[in-house]
Amino acid sequence: MKPLLLESFTASSCIGLGLGPTLASLLAQRSGLKRCDFETVKIDTHIGEVAGVDDVRLPGELARFDCRNNRLAELALRQDGFLDAARSAVARWGRKRIGVFIGTSTAGILQTELAYRERDLVTGALPAAFEYGATHNSFSVADYLRQRLQLEGPAVAVSCACASSAKVFSSARRMIEAGLIDAALVGGVDSLCLTTLYGFHSLQLSSTAPCRPFDLTRDGISIGEAAAFALLERPPPSLDADDILLTGIGESSDAYHMSAPHPEGHGARRAMQAALVAADLDPGSIDYINLHGTGTPSNDRSESHAVTSVFGPTTPSSSTKGATGHTLGAAGALEAVISAIGLQSGLMPGGVHTTQIDPTLTTFYIRENRRSPMTRVLSNSFGFGGTNCSLIFTRAQ
Amino acid sequence: MTLSAFVGGIGVLGPGLANWEAAAEVLIGRVAYSPARTVLHVPTLLPSAERRRTGRVVKLALAVALEATSRAGANSAQLASVFSSSGGDGDNCHELCQALALEGREISPTKFANSVHNAAAGYWSIATGSKLESSVLCAFDASFCAGLLEAMTYVNVEGESVLLVTYDTEYPEPIHAKRPIPDAFGTALVLTPCRTPTSLARIELTLDEAAHDTLADPQLEAMRQAIPAARCLPLLRQMALGAPGRIVLEYLDVSRVALQVEPCI
Repeated sequence: MKPLLLESFTASSCIGLGLGPTLASLLAQRSGLKRCDFETVKIDTHIGEVAGVDDVRLPGELARFDCRNNRLAELALRQDGFLDAARSAVARWGRKRIGVFIGTSTAGILQTELAYRERDLVTGALPAAFEYGATHNSFSVADYLRQRLQLEGPAVAVSCACASSAKVFSSARRMIEAGLIDAALVGGVDSLCLTTLYGFHSLQLSSTAPCRPFDLTRDGISIGEAAAFALLERPPPSLDADDILLTGIGESSDAYHMSAPHPEGHGARRAMQAALVAADLDPGSIDYINLHGTGTPSNDRSESHAVTSVFGPTTPSSSTKGATGHTLGAAGALEAVISAIGLQSGLMPGGVHTTQIDPTLTTFYIRENRRSPMTRVLSNSFGFGGTNCSLIFTRAQ
Repeated sequence: MTLSAFVGGIGVLGPGLANWEAAAEVLIGRVAYSPARTVLHVPTLLPSAERRRTGRVVKLALAVALEATSRAGANSAQLASVFSSSGGDGDNCHELCQALALEGREISPTKFANSVHNAAAGYWSIATGSKLESSVLCAFDASFCAGLLEAMTYVNVEGESVLLVTYDTEYPEPIHAKRPIPDAFGTALVLTPCRTPTSLARIELTLDEAAHDTLADPQLEAMRQAIPAARCLPLLRQMALGAPGRIVLEYLDVSRVALQVEPCI
C-alpha cells in the first residue's frame, strides 16, 4: 500500500491527557487503573477512568450532543493543538475533501442507560430531554466531530467491537487512495458505561485486580476509556525524521465464534501477515509489537500462538492495557498513538502489572521499558465477532 | 472522482417486499404495492447453537446477504463484506437497558455479546466461513450511502468483489418513540470490479449536491423516508427498470451520492 502520514495525532486516556503526560506515564510505567467507583456500579473490578470528563462543556450550538462519550471526544480534541491542526487541514484541503472515520463500540449508550431509570411511571416513556441520535447512536461521536471541526466530507462510525478504531485507518486509507478525499480525521472514542462493565462481568471476562496481560495468573480485562485521533494525509515529498507513517494494514475475520477468538489465533495470524504484505516487509523488520493483550486467558493464548507463528519468539512485545485498561472501541487508535510516540522516543513500553509471565506463552513479552531507536512497530486489535486488524507504523528517519 | 462497479446480485427484504424479484415488480409499478409487516425467518445457514441466539437484525441481514450472493452465484467464503446499519439490534438493546435499570442489574452474557454492532457480520462470517475483511459501519440516516461508499472504494482500490449489506430493524418502546423506525428493511448487493455472467448493471458513483430522487408511490416514498436502509430504493428501482439512468440518493446534510446506472444487457 502507499504509505500515509500521521500529520498530527493525540490521545487521552487514564494515563494522561495528551501526548506529553501519556509518554511520561509510559516512561514511569505508571498505570491509571483504580478500583471501580464509576457511577452507581457495584462490581469488584478495576477501571481506567479519564479525569475531568464530567466537567467538560460542549460548545453551546452542539449542546444536543452532550453525553460522556462526546465530552471525552471534546476533551481529547483540546490536547496537543489538535483543533488547530484540524483547522490547518481544512485550510490545506477544503472542508469537503476531509473525511471522518471514528471507531466506537458503545458511543453514548450511558445516556440511554440513565434515561431508562427515569422512565415515566405511567407511560413508560423516556425523559423528554433524551436525545437518541446525538448520544446513543454509534454515529453520534463521528457526527459531533464533523460538526465541531466543520468538516463536510464523507463521515462514518466504524463499530466492530474492540477492533473498531484500528479498522478506521483502513476505511480512511481506501477513500484517500480512491481519490474521494485528501485527508481523514481518524480515531476512536469509547467511554465507561454500564453495558460494558456489567456485560464483561456477565461473561466472566473482567478481572477483580488490575488486568495483567500475559501473566500466569491473568484472569480478565480492566475496562478503560479513551479518545485518540490522527489526521491522515498523503505524505509530502520530504519528511522530518520524526514523522510517522502508516505503512501496513491487515484485516481478517475468524469465522469461528462471537465472543471467543480462534484458539490457535488463525484470524490474528492472517491479519498480521496481511499487514506485512501490504507494507512489503519481512517479520524480522518489526522492532516491537503492541499486542492486543487484553489479559483474558483465552485471548492472550490465542494471540501468543499467532504472534509466535509469524514472528518467532524474539520480537519484543507487550500490551499497554495494564496501564490504560482495555479501552474497547478506542483501543486501536489509542495504541496507534502509543506506537507513534514509542517510535518517536525510542520506547518499547514494558507491560505493567504483569509479574510472572505465563511460560506457555512463547511470545517475547517485555515487562520492563526498553529504550532503543525503532523504525517499525506493529499494533494488533481484535474484537468480538471475530474481527481482526493489524497496523504497521514506520518512523520516517 | 468517479468510482465504478458491476452489481452482480441483489437481495431485498422489507415491509411488503419479500425478495428482489417481488420488490422489482413493485418498484417499476407492474404490481401494486401491498403493505405487510416484514417477515423474518430463522437463518438456516447457521449452526443450530448459533441459530437460537440470533435476533431480528441478524435474521434480516443474513436473509438479504444470502439472497444477493445466491443470485450473484458468488462464493460467500471468498467475499469481503461491508455491513452498514443505522442502529443495532433494537430488542437486544432494550432488554439490556431494562435489566441495567433494575436493582440486580443481571444481564445475559449472550445478549451482551450480541449487542455489538458487528453481530450480523460476525454471524455471517461464522455461517459462510468467510475469513476476509468485513467493515461494519453506522452513519445514522446516511448509513446506506456510507456503506455504498465503503464498498465502492473497496472494489476500486482493492480490485476485488465485495458484499454490501445494509439493514435496519425497529426499536421497541420506549426507544421507538425517540427513533421511530416502523419496520425491518434490508438490502444487499454483490459488487464486482469486472462484468460477470450475472451482472445486472454497471454503476458509477460520484459525490454531489444535486436534488435527491424520491419515489412516485406515496407508500414506497414513506418507506424511503422512514427507514434509513430504504434510502436505496431509487437505485433499486432504476436497476429494476433495466434502463440507463442517473439517480441521486440522500446522504449527509446537503451531500448526495449520484449514481449513473447502465444495465448489462
